[in-house]
Amino acid sequence: MKKTLCAAAMTFATLAGAASAADLKICVEGAYPPFSETATDGSVVGFDIDIANALCADMGKSCEMLKTDWDGIIPALLERKCDAIIASMSITEERKQVIDFSGKYYNTPGRFVGKDGMSEDDLSGKTVGVQRGTIHQAFMEGEFPDVELKLYGSQDEVYLDLVAGRIDASMADSIAQLDGFLNTEAGDGFGFFGGSYSIPKYHGDGAGIGVRKADTELRDAFSTSISNIRTSGEYETINSKYFAFDIYGG
Amino acid sequence: MADLISYMPLLMRGMVTTILLAILGLALATVFGGLGAAGKLSGGRIAKRVVWLYTSIVRGIPDIVMLLLLYFGGQRLINDIGGMLGWDYVELSKFLSGVLTIGFIYGAYLTETFRGAYLTIPRGQVEAAQALGLRPFTTLIKVSIPQLVRFALPGYANVWQVLVKSTAVVSIIGLQDLVGLANDAGKTVRQPFVFFSFVLLAYLCITFVSTTLFDWLERRTALKTHES
Amino acid sequence: MNPDLVLQNWQLFASGVWMTLQLTFLSLLIGFLIALPFGIMRARRVKYISPLINGYVYLFRGTPLLVQLYLIYYGFSQFEAVRESILWPILREAWWCALITFALNSGAYATEIIRGAISTTPKGETEAATALGMSPFQVTSLVLVPSALRRALPQYGNEVVFMLHGSAVASIITIQDILGAGRTLNAKFYVAYEGFITAALLYMAITFCLVGIFRQLEKRFLKHLDLKR
Repeated sequence: MKKTLCAAAMTFATLAGAASAADLKICVEGAYPPFSETATDGSVVGFDIDIANALCADMGKSCEMLKTDWDGIIPALLERKCDAIIASMSITEERKQVIDFSGKYYNTPGRFVGKDGMSEDDLSGKTVGVQRGTIHQAFMEGEFPDVELKLYGSQDEVYLDLVAGRIDASMADSIAQLDGFLNTEAGDGFGFFGGSYSIPKYHGDGAGIGVRKADTELRDAFSTSISNIRTSGEYETINSKYFAFDIYGG
Repeated sequence: MADLISYMPLLMRGMVTTILLAILGLALATVFGGLGAAGKLSGGRIAKRVVWLYTSIVRGIPDIVMLLLLYFGGQRLINDIGGMLGWDYVELSKFLSGVLTIGFIYGAYLTETFRGAYLTIPRGQVEAAQALGLRPFTTLIKVSIPQLVRFALPGYANVWQVLVKSTAVVSIIGLQDLVGLANDAGKTVRQPFVFFSFVLLAYLCITFVSTTLFDWLERRTALKTHES
Repeated sequence: MNPDLVLQNWQLFASGVWMTLQLTFLSLLIGFLIALPFGIMRARRVKYISPLINGYVYLFRGTPLLVQLYLIYYGFSQFEAVRESILWPILREAWWCALITFALNSGAYATEIIRGAISTTPKGETEAATALGMSPFQVTSLVLVPSALRRALPQYGNEVVFMLHGSAVASIITIQDILGAGRTLNAKFYVAYEGFITAALLYMAITFCLVGIFRQLEKRFLKHLDLKR
């Protein structure tokens, strides 16, 4: 009995004290291909992760990727479960009230995806799926108030329900939808429609790296490293691994 | 099907996490339940109030909400207390949050189980032990607890069966347990049906094995009567 | 904690409460309608049908509600055949998927409760009714079932609370129930607990109302069993 108790106590101690040895812990998402997806072995891979690793290498720090659901990603940062968010998070005024951002590391517009042949005029009264708590939710609520919105925890779930026909269209980042959905087998018969949206009020200034407000040094270090990997060609190498053109944006 | 097989090592790892979560959760629940029952049976007015509050809170809140509260709120609490005491950052991991939540919830149910079982022990036995000159502690260890195990076992088995199913919700804070991994994998290869069917079967297996085990334990600890 | 945030968004939570109540009670109602015949047949050990009901009960009671919901919502829609069937207009809606899952789940638990109550009914009750010249149908519908249902009341009260709490997983498949409202609040204002604490308090309030109602019902319907001296 004593032995079991000791063993249990020790297990608890190890679990509780499993603080990581890495310099920085980075929150990533894992359900937003091709930026971030979960591989067969459970690890997270994608553009965001490659960028994160390149930035860490540039800063000379060791980093650990922490898979976190989108819903809880800002609270996780605030509660110090991680030190930075690299999860294709757009830099918006609303979010800036809570956390701080580095400069952008890419910027691409939002677009609708639906069955081939759909147009924006058909949307009224239809159902559109967006990821909960994204710029796309705010955009849809502001610009398409007569469309029924369905809120999902992750973009992967939006695709599943789009294919299943539970929603008529998806509104999300154009590149994410192109490579994460349209260029896959499941995307057959679906395509972009409507305009390319990049309205500062909703869409902000591109995707940046989120840090806690107090960590201004870390924020600046990330910004510097982003321009470093832009000039060193590292960014281009990663970019071309996933996309046919430069997604950094103007 | 081929996809399921290629993901099998990962799923098996998830199953280990799920089982570990359930067993550690049960261990913690047993501690909470024991304390709760002791408080209710022999504690003072304040102890009784505390136990009452504890069981009421648990009965009122769904497991999934409790988990989310503990995972986010618990971390804030640790940070605040840690800040005051000058600790370094202490991480409340997903796994630990799961164990704590499950232990906390099912401890309240076990409080009732243990209390009920204790009250089933005939009073005369404790009095007899005292009359024989046994000290209260010896009485507890040699007389009360062995019978407590016998009387509490059916209720304990029931709590375990419900607890095992509760582990599934821990996947929603992103724990890589059986459900979480099957969810991710099923969505990645776009075959959720196959993966979730597998999860259902896996849970049925756990249920079946543990029912068999508890039945055997119950038979072993049962009172020998003329019928058996 | 910022209570103003919650008060400003009270409508979010009001519609969440309505959604939760709707799902919970409709599931319980349908579940009960499934469980009544199933419970009777199981207690009677009807040939061929009983083992099938056993399988259903074992499957739904032996696995987590969350996984059942995932299977019905995400699993079935994987198949082209399902998406082209006449059932699709129903299975397409998250609300219906949740209702179907919860009703089947509640049905399985209630079947077991009713079976238990029927099989512990004293033989004398039904024998007396038969002796009075009642037909087997009358014995079942006028004596056996009412008597069993009364005694099943406390356990059924637990099942009602269990279903209320179980329904919180609906928020995972886009349904805006109480927890869904809490999660939306959190996601919209980037806060961690305001939504969850509000949800917890609402669930608690509803639970205690239900417990109170069942206590009154038990007082009324189980008076004859009151063994208090």
